[in-house]
Amino acid sequence: MHSLKITKIIDETSSVKTFYFPHNLKSRPGQFVMLWLPGIDQKPFSISFDDGRTFGLTIFKRGALTDKLFEMKINDRVGIDGPYGVGFSIKPDIHHIMVAGGYGAAPLAFLAEELIIKGNNNIDFCIGAKNKDSLLFTQRLNNIRLRIATDDGSSGQKGLITDLLKNIITADSRPKFIVTCGPELMEKKVLDICNQYNVDAEICLERYMKCGVGICGQCAMDDLGICLCTHGPVVTREVANKIKEFGVYHREKSGKKKYFI
Amino acid sequence: MLQTNFLKKQFSNPLVLASGILGLTAASLHRTVQNGAGGVTAKSVSLEPRPGHPNPVIISKKYYILNAVGLSNPGVVEAVKEFIKFKQLCATPLIASIFGGHHDEFGELAEKISAAPIDFLELNLSCPNVSHEFGRPFAFSTEAVTIITKKVKEKTKIPIIIKLSPNASNITEIAKAAEAAGADAICAVNTLSGMAIDVKMRQPILHNKHGGVSGPALFPVALKCVYDICSTIKIPIIGTGGVTSGEDALAMIMAGATLVGIGSAVYYRGENAFNKITDEMEKIMTEEGIKNLEEIRGICIH
Repeated sequence: MHSLKITKIIDETSSVKTFYFPHNLKSRPGQFVMLWLPGIDQKPFSISFDDGRTFGLTIFKRGALTDKLFEMKINDRVGIDGPYGVGFSIKPDIHHIMVAGGYGAAPLAFLAEELIIKGNNNIDFCIGAKNKDSLLFTQRLNNIRLRIATDDGSSGQKGLITDLLKNIITADSRPKFIVTCGPELMEKKVLDICNQYNVDAEICLERYMKCGVGICGQCAMDDLGICLCTHGPVVTREVANKIKEFGVYHREKSGKKKYFI
Repeated sequence: MLQTNFLKKQFSNPLVLASGILGLTAASLHRTVQNGAGGVTAKSVSLEPRPGHPNPVIISKKYYILNAVGLSNPGVVEAVKEFIKFKQLCATPLIASIFGGHHDEFGELAEKISAAPIDFLELNLSCPNVSHEFGRPFAFSTEAVTIITKKVKEKTKIPIIIKLSPNASNITEIAKAAEAAGADAICAVNTLSGMAIDVKMRQPILHNKHGGVSGPALFPVALKCVYDICSTIKIPIIGTGGVTSGEDALAMIMAGATLVGIGSAVYYRGENAFNKITDEMEKIMTEEGIKNLEEIRGICIH
């Protein structure tokens, strides 16, 4: 457990902030940390920035823990454990199409920056959001080919980000690699498209987690029985195809199934 | 070499997944079997779903794991569905675990769960992490253990296992009471009460403030409990607590255990811990000329 002081807070949108901490986390894009606020809760958050001196977490305000975090100021302390889990592969040579839905852009922005450091600028970064105001990282990613889709057409193309993905996949026949993070039903559509066009992919999943080290069984995925905290959160297309609950249901804190639709 | 007979059921090896580790779903239990477990214990189940304590609920350190998960579970109805699914996947012995706040609840649970295809029923009378809700664990009192054991025996024909606490001052007396009340076996032990404080935060780390210690730090405590209990009673024992190697498992058997519970080793040795530990047991047995586990069971008890 590291007790770390917040050194910088960036307001990304009205409900998303990025918090920066001065610590060499030695993380890879796609990995996560457990963030603890004593007396409130501890939850997993994927890492959105790590340059070896500072790391950042991009957080959507949606519950008791994040409500409290959003009230915190520079020099306030949080508890950090990690990094945990398996991140994205870093493939220096292939054309990447990144599909980010909502705050799913967090780990993908980190991945894009790592790829650029490794000399791979061949990235189409697709961001989907409700509207212009809820788009993340358009400034931070200004040196990458950004492809935007919004529900209301207030920025970029009006419509679904998955249509954008199809257009890029079918534009030419060169090899491509898809990485995605976002709402699970969007990810499921991305997986279906990757299967349809036989394109390799890595998908960053989300499940309720407790221990982070593969013992409590809370994030065990049907029917493989693997714990997402240690076998994921990033899984390959092959593994995602074997996860029967993917896009169908997840489990609440009690372990009771909750269906997406 | 490791074949074990426990209450007339054959186990391919004596290692059983302990309750509370993995074991929430059929798929997770089945994966544990594929990783070499001879039997599995599912996570403890209550009548209604429980979310458990807020995080942090588990702290993993070099020599111990501290947990206060708070008995989260989806309730008996959902759990039974997972047990049915598990038995469709394999024939490996399945131990269900139940807990309640009152002896009538144990009776009701035993009745409901008896319809499921389970081989044994473990009564978790010893969770150290829910005292604000349920008072002190039943496993601290010979009277409570007697009443609950008798109640459950009335309601089910499935063999029952009583899980005991190392925090009780008189664990052998409790074991004797369970045996006298009709328990078919004992599981010893649950976790040892403990806590952790983050110095910079100036706060206990677990949301529940205190929790249960498992892992290597628990092993010598558990070994002595098993030894003492085996010296006192005749029913078989699942020796559980901090076993992480073949040497630990054989020591448990020399102390008298029939089966050996494996929990925290999944953290220390990986999810393949079962295969690693059985390999180590066989290696030691071959070197020492031990042909089967019967030869050494309880050999240290005089």
